[in-house]
Amino acid sequence: MLSQDIATVLPELVLAIYTMLALLLAVYTGKDGLTQLVTWATAAVMVAVALWVAMAGSGSQTAFGGLYVDDAFARFAKVAILLSGALVLLISEGFMAKRGLARFEYPLLIALATIGMMAMVSAGDLMSLYMGLELQSLALYVVAALDRDSKTSTEAGLKYFVLGALSSGLLLYGASLVYGYAGTTSFAGILSTVQHGVPVGMLFGLVFMLAGLAFKISAAPFHMWTPDVYEGAPTPITAFFATAPKVAAMALIARLVHGAFGGITPQWAQVLAALSVVSMFVGALAAIGQKDIKRLMAYSSIAHMGFALMGLASGTAFGVQAMLVYMAIYVTMNLGTFAFILSLEMDGKPVTDIALLNQFSKREPLKALAVLVLMFSLAGVPPMLGFFGKFYVLKAAVDAGMGWLAIAGVIASVIGAFYYLRIVYFMYFGAEQAGAESKMAPVQWLALMGVAGIMLAAVVNFFGLEPAAIAAAASLAG
Amino acid sequence: MIGLQHYLVVAAALFVIGIFGIFLNRKNVIVILMSIELMLLAVNINFVAFSSASGDLVGQVFSLLILTVAAAEAAIGLAILVVFFRNRGSIDVEDANVMKG
Repeated sequence: MLSQDIATVLPELVLAIYTMLALLLAVYTGKDGLTQLVTWATAAVMVAVALWVAMAGSGSQTAFGGLYVDDAFARFAKVAILLSGALVLLISEGFMAKRGLARFEYPLLIALATIGMMAMVSAGDLMSLYMGLELQSLALYVVAALDRDSKTSTEAGLKYFVLGALSSGLLLYGASLVYGYAGTTSFAGILSTVQHGVPVGMLFGLVFMLAGLAFKISAAPFHMWTPDVYEGAPTPITAFFATAPKVAAMALIARLVHGAFGGITPQWAQVLAALSVVSMFVGALAAIGQKDIKRLMAYSSIAHMGFALMGLASGTAFGVQAMLVYMAIYVTMNLGTFAFILSLEMDGKPVTDIALLNQFSKREPLKALAVLVLMFSLAGVPPMLGFFGKFYVLKAAVDAGMGWLAIAGVIASVIGAFYYLRIVYFMYFGAEQAGAESKMAPVQWLALMGVAGIMLAAVVNFFGLEPAAIAAAASLAG
Repeated sequence: MIGLQHYLVVAAALFVIGIFGIFLNRKNVIVILMSIELMLLAVNINFVAFSSASGDLVGQVFSLLILTVAAAEAAIGLAILVVFFRNRGSIDVEDANVMKG
């Protein structure tokens, strides 16, 4: 029994043991001399674990009496989380070294947060859900305040901590109500209880839990921390916030609504649809006036979360599949964009002002072209990959009879296209004046060009994304 | 006779006080940390009350887990507060305004 349980959680266990050993090693060898080595080693271990999870796993197992589930859905999310975490470490290493932020704690905290996310997407019980969520959040509170001599970074950390703790409180209050009315904390037990009618208290619990999780994916109207934290935290941290935790929290919502409340789809579908509409419009409208590219990416991520929620709101297996495809594409686009944002500097200082991109295409034609592809993809212009992500979720909503939601999504995406195209406008037709330079490490250059290439090339075959997403959706909501 | 609903009412009241403590408080961040603790303890009352009413031990295990995590959370919150104070020389909520929002 126990050996089987251990075998199921072995990937997480390996990553956790690696992290603790690396922590001991780094502490015993003195200050931050090993930072570069630890960063690369952590990224390598995360990629290795991702390949292991992708290749070795098959079927669905539960461990520790149903607390922990390993199925195709969890594996899909884990691979996305691990790969994006590793890529963020790789593209940020140069940035951190240049700004005097090269501390060995950074890669290790990212690794700890990743373990928490892996636990989240595998949760089969309210308790393991909470444990994974907190392991992720506690590590993220610290990395947000990583630049401890910076006013903005510490303020970002404080704001993120207060609102994150508030959202954990909401989630827990919901969990306590669900436990009280279902008499059990396991998702399977809750699923069998709700089939015999749902007490009002349980619905309250469900709504509280969804509100708590909406904070974590920064869906409006629970998004107020996002722009400040994205702007204040060091850019690599922002890149991480915008990718892996979003996948994990979105997958956790999918796991909760389908795994524990699968029998009462109409009840949660309307909550998710409302969150989706509000997020799409808040993201699209509030981003228009932004001058800081990190704030703009914050509103962009709010809008994108709205679209991903649209897939879930349809309440079908195809909706889960659409959400997974959308999140995978979203994460890829964001990694490429942040590789570019990380490289922007002027007189040796990092800059994030959009107006400094003036005439960027004259200085760096190839990079400008790659960013153009990414912006078109984020806006959802065909034939870039971003369009297909949007197409999938819209199709899921229409198939589920939520035509109004799909129409709202199309309108929001047209409004949102404005601010992505504004960046392109500045790069190609902006006023002549001194602007930002883009000094890229080879890894950043590869990430930017690679992602831009994927946005164009993957249209042909999705690189096997689709069958994996179908299998994942089937294992959860089949 | 004190029954389940009395406990639930107390817990709900504490929880709401906690939420209001976070949003209405304009003085200092320590009060926010106290409000967060209040919310988590309200949840614990809920769990223990449900657990003893239904005779199922899982709720009490959950409340112990929450206590541990809340301690870790408070430690991290205070640590962030200390670096914040070093940069600003103040922990007033209204001073946390370098970024608009």
